[in-house]
Amino acid sequence: MDALLLARIQFAANISFHILFPTITIALGWVLLFFKLRFNATRNEAWMDAYRFWVKVFALSFALGVVSGITMSFQFGTNWPGFMEKVGNVAGPLLAYEVLTAFFLEATFLGIMLFGFRRVPNWVHTTATVLVAFGTTMSAFWILVLNSWMHTPAGHELRDGIVHAVDWFAIVFNPSLPYRLAHMLIASGLTCAFLIAGLSAWRWLRGDRGDAVRVALRTGVVMAAVLAPTQLVVGDMHGLNTLEHQPAKVAAMEGNWETRGHVPLVLFAIPDEAARTNHFEIAIPSGASLILTHRADGVVPGLNEFEGKHPPVAPVFYAFRIMVGTGMLMIAMGLAGAFFLWRRGELPRLLLRGFAVMTFAGWVATLAGWYVTEIGRQPWLVTGVLTTADAVGPVPAGSVGTTLAMYLIIYALLLAAYVGTLYRLAAKGKVAEAVPGNQPVPPTGGGPLPQGA
Amino acid sequence: MTPFLSPDALALTFAALMAASILAYVVLDGFDLGVGLLLPTTADVAQRDRMVASIGPFWDANETWLVLGVGLLLVAFPVAHGMVLTALYMPVALMLVGLILRGVAFEFRAKAAGPLDKRRWDAAFAGGSALAALTQGWMLGRYVLGFDPSAGALLFAALSAMGVAGAYAFIGACWLIWRTEGDLQKQAVAWARRTLWVVGLGIVGVSLATPLASPRILARWFEMPNLLLLAPLPLATTALVIGLHALLKHMPLPGDALKRVPFWAAVALFCLSFAGLAWSFFPYIVPEQLTLFQAASAPESLTIILVGALFVLPVILAYTVLAWRIFGGKAMDLRYD
Repeated sequence: MDALLLARIQFAANISFHILFPTITIALGWVLLFFKLRFNATRNEAWMDAYRFWVKVFALSFALGVVSGITMSFQFGTNWPGFMEKVGNVAGPLLAYEVLTAFFLEATFLGIMLFGFRRVPNWVHTTATVLVAFGTTMSAFWILVLNSWMHTPAGHELRDGIVHAVDWFAIVFNPSLPYRLAHMLIASGLTCAFLIAGLSAWRWLRGDRGDAVRVALRTGVVMAAVLAPTQLVVGDMHGLNTLEHQPAKVAAMEGNWETRGHVPLVLFAIPDEAARTNHFEIAIPSGASLILTHRADGVVPGLNEFEGKHPPVAPVFYAFRIMVGTGMLMIAMGLAGAFFLWRRGELPRLLLRGFAVMTFAGWVATLAGWYVTEIGRQPWLVTGVLTTADAVGPVPAGSVGTTLAMYLIIYALLLAAYVGTLYRLAAKGKVAEAVPGNQPVPPTGGGPLPQGA
Repeated sequence: MTPFLSPDALALTFAALMAASILAYVVLDGFDLGVGLLLPTTADVAQRDRMVASIGPFWDANETWLVLGVGLLLVAFPVAHGMVLTALYMPVALMLVGLILRGVAFEFRAKAAGPLDKRRWDAAFAGGSALAALTQGWMLGRYVLGFDPSAGALLFAALSAMGVAGAYAFIGACWLIWRTEGDLQKQAVAWARRTLWVVGLGIVGVSLATPLASPRILARWFEMPNLLLLAPLPLATTALVIGLHALLKHMPLPGDALKRVPFWAAVALFCLSFAGLAWSFFPYIVPEQLTLFQAASAPESLTIILVGALFVLPVILAYTVLAWRIFGGKAMDLRYD
């Protein structure tokens, strides 16, 4: 394999591994704040028990996100030096603002949030929780600004072949940012909702039916019921925005070869790029035209219009169906769960099993969604400005292959350890959320701030 | 945004910011990695827990200085970033593996299934710390000699790897003297005494190698009046090493007096060594190949970062101080509640 493909696989492997954890922590930070505020308001220990359990999951996810994120910040330079040389004047400040406004904030206050409960007054601890949640969201904001700009660049000009920033407002609020940011934040909320509902359902089925499990399960199910249908609407708006700016990507998502009206909505097919057609197609007539143009005879651009300049069709096409399929399941589960909570106050066994099976459904949908949008951008790295091939570095394929193998082994081990640890924490959940003894506050330390809890 | 500094002044400002971030990283994560290096020297689980607890609330923020330092290199000097990271591709990858292992071991060991599982994550913690420290030292050695591929230069890089690992172990031991008590503190004093000599030898080694390798650096240090003006640097370094040696012999002192002194003296040693290197290489950002003025990015982009940095850095420093005060004093068991 050539160095370009290896460099792409390596970056894809890193970013795929990395996104698993921020996808959890972005929303989980706010859920923890919700638990904390409910406790502050009601003084019901169940909320604090839920907080104590999920803050451990948060800490673990956060650590994995941090270390894999650092790896990525180096890979910009090691794998894609052409990227920074060409668009560094735009990408650089955006990345710098992420570090300055988000990384330090979340890293520092995480220490206080995790280990400071007995060292600082309650309000300081609550504030630290707010700042950590805010920091993770800011971090997502800046990264999505850069990513959106790479899809729909704006506010820049080319001088001597190098991108120079002209209008920072236009760069930050580029055309696809609002849709992509909303889509990703809701994806994080859904991932978190199903993780919380799934692990709690698993504990419930095992007979671990304390109040902390009950409130967490409820929170997860209600989040899913609200967010999953919302995501359908936001995802549709994001798709329309993509149709406007990156029509080739949408053509690959829909598996539509010809520019025409009455484009069917392809439910399943095997796209054949060599023959430029679909095999075994199952489709709803005029469906895609209706969704994308809101008219049955609406004309939608097809792949043949972009021959030689469109992304590989099959991965985008399949990934899109995995994402949408998972999303539909999430809507069904969320609504069913909310219905039973409303009518009966508890979930039937079958539905609990369903939630347990779908514990990591958010990861599947999020990864599939990112594959759609990122593979869908090819052959461009920055649409119309820089191709992926022009950004790759001079490092020989052997070195890239060696480090790729190294990263893959480590990531596989860490992923197994992570999932294993989550279930172990859940299995001894009562221990994990127990009020830790009645030990006195240790005499030393505590700094100048008054002790409190 | 309209630049309000000349391009050269901007390049200098960013070089200073980057140098400050890297120095902050080396000092702050230096003691974290040092504690990791020292972990296997005790088999006592309670002592290990206490050692890890002493850096628990800090390591994440400490590591962020590396992201800022490398980020500034990437943002302000993209050409240099490409050259340096391409030349150091493998050691960077290995360092990242080390940092990954160290960072996650922290969380995993706290949630381990049993003693065996915990020992495994301890090994990952110590091994990751060692890998990160050694590769950082190796990269320093390669950088100092301008990525010279000769066998002698590689040997120097290997020695530099040992030197940096020794220096990290030293500052880690000094941290433990400050943050622990009882047997562990006595143990930390012994570690500090042993590793102080590695630090001294490392500083002497780099100080001899750089002027020998580069006539430019030789002239910069040994011509008049530089020789006299710079004399305080090596003299202060020597005085610090001798002073530390004398102090450590008597530690821990009754009433835990001067418990902070070894750590801050170690910080001073790191700063002096860093200043010496900075003086040797200025204005080069890639030794003997590229100056920081040649490598700087567009003034408009640097200006918008600078404005942000001027507002945000004081806030970062303020809440860092807050965290240090909250987690001041001797380390306690870490509890997530």
